[in-house]
Amino acid sequence: MHDLTLADIAKGLARGDYSSRELTQHYLSRIESLDRRLNSFITVTGEHALAAADAADAARQSGQAGILAGVPLAYKDIFCTEGVRTSCGSRMLDSFKAPYDATVVEKLKLAGTVSLGKTNMDEFAMGSSNETSFYGPVRNPWNTDLVPGGSSGGSAAAVAAGLTPAALGTDTGGSIRQPAAFCGITGLKPTYGRVSRYGMVAYASSLDQGGPMARTAEDCALLLNAMAGHDPRDSTSVARAVPDYTQSLAEPLKGLKIGLPREYFGEGLDGGVETAVRDAIKVYEALGAQVIDVSLPHTRLAIPTYYVIAPAEASSNLSRYDGVRFGHRCDAPTDLMDLYKRSRVEGFGEEVKRRILIGTHTLSEGFFDAYYKKAQQVRRLIRQDFLDAFDKVDVLMGPAAPTPAFELGNQADPVQMYLQDIYTIAINLAGIPGISVPAGFAGDRPVGLQILAPHFSEAHLLNVAHAFQMQTDWHTRRPALTADE
Amino acid sequence: MAIEHADVLRAAHLARLGIDNTDAERYVGDLSRILDMVDALSGIDTDGVKPLAHPLDATQPLRADEAIEPNRRDTYQESAPAVADGYYLVPRVVE
Repeated sequence: MHDLTLADIAKGLARGDYSSRELTQHYLSRIESLDRRLNSFITVTGEHALAAADAADAARQSGQAGILAGVPLAYKDIFCTEGVRTSCGSRMLDSFKAPYDATVVEKLKLAGTVSLGKTNMDEFAMGSSNETSFYGPVRNPWNTDLVPGGSSGGSAAAVAAGLTPAALGTDTGGSIRQPAAFCGITGLKPTYGRVSRYGMVAYASSLDQGGPMARTAEDCALLLNAMAGHDPRDSTSVARAVPDYTQSLAEPLKGLKIGLPREYFGEGLDGGVETAVRDAIKVYEALGAQVIDVSLPHTRLAIPTYYVIAPAEASSNLSRYDGVRFGHRCDAPTDLMDLYKRSRVEGFGEEVKRRILIGTHTLSEGFFDAYYKKAQQVRRLIRQDFLDAFDKVDVLMGPAAPTPAFELGNQADPVQMYLQDIYTIAINLAGIPGISVPAGFAGDRPVGLQILAPHFSEAHLLNVAHAFQMQTDWHTRRPALTADE
Repeated sequence: MAIEHADVLRAAHLARLGIDNTDAERYVGDLSRILDMVDALSGIDTDGVKPLAHPLDATQPLRADEAIEPNRRDTYQESAPAVADGYYLVPRVVE
């Protein structure tokens, strides 16, 4: 049952092969027996899930069930869920129960989905290995000595391990696509503004975007249908019609022009990853696509630009955690300044503090023009690279990450860790959509093919990804798991 | 541009992070390496390039100045570390 795709599950529920309660119980028991080692969930909401499953089953009995009714899923613990702890992987929010649902949570509830719980993540989504979580690292189901990637590492690991058919993630610099690649699943970062950020704990507001993580592009299409759209509560969400993303999945690809950015196949790219990605591109050539060499000349500036903009926005966003209105408060503060300073230094972990300090420094008097303004100017040049490339080609393809999953505890230097996002980070700066699809293995470690498309071309992106999954079986591979002691 | 001990302490104070002298020393190295990496931007010619604040160049939409959310103070205060009579409690500010 846990090997089924979301699309299969929806059909099975519609046929009456099983009830949502049976499905939900099945996944809850898998979490119970397999997640102690993986640590992919921070909070499992079994009772809520069974109640939602019963409601979905009742709706189906009365003929009122939509396509996603009764389908289980999980939320990265960055999405506010009313009455349920929303920790963002931080000690700061360890005791925080959100007083409202994020807009996407509300929409998916209305669609009748069943939330199994909240998945582990790098603290405040800052990390590429899921090692910065207050709740401990997540392990990669393919090999538990490896990281699952980050920051949506819990969501990726849970889907890969069959603990949930799908999960939501967020992507600020690669946090959906890189863990999807490391865990051998499909993960979509939509165009900035396509999905509401209301109720999604803010990290870097001009870059953050929520998206689906599942087994297949078809499953991502089903979820995006329910998630996308304008939200008056998020002033950056875009008022633009939402197509039915499942309708165009099977369009033929003949004549598709694929650009291969030469900067994405250069120094630092693992040989096994490169081979898998180039083999994947051959599959597209066999389908009638044309491959064209392109250049994104400002690629090497994407990480420096991001590490000015994202920490600057984070230092502002995270100033709300003051120990007064919600979140961690230190014991026995002597005065208001002591309350702020100790609550914050105790509540935040190392990587979060590093980024707050960098952001505060670069925004401070005397440094603003040299750092923040400069980075915003280079950001425009980076976006222009993509706009120029999309004048020549329909989509861009390359690796989602320069290496496959690496060993836990192996990366002590923050700057080296930041280089993990070399192929994903520019996409957030440009605001375009990107997807990672399973494209084979480097040794025993999954490899993700990243596909990029112009703003608001999610339907085309999913079509291109789906065509690959009709020709290959990488997305059907499953890690061998043994139950915990 | 390198970052020095005093810069770390200044940023920590501005960010209201209680980092002492010893802690600050630890951050000098990490933050300097990050800023060295960021220095790649300084040599780029950006004359006449407009800063990009929003990936779609959108501007802030405006709406009528009307209250549209109900008052949910009691619910919100359930998450607060210390409240009394609808107020948030903090250490005494004015003697």
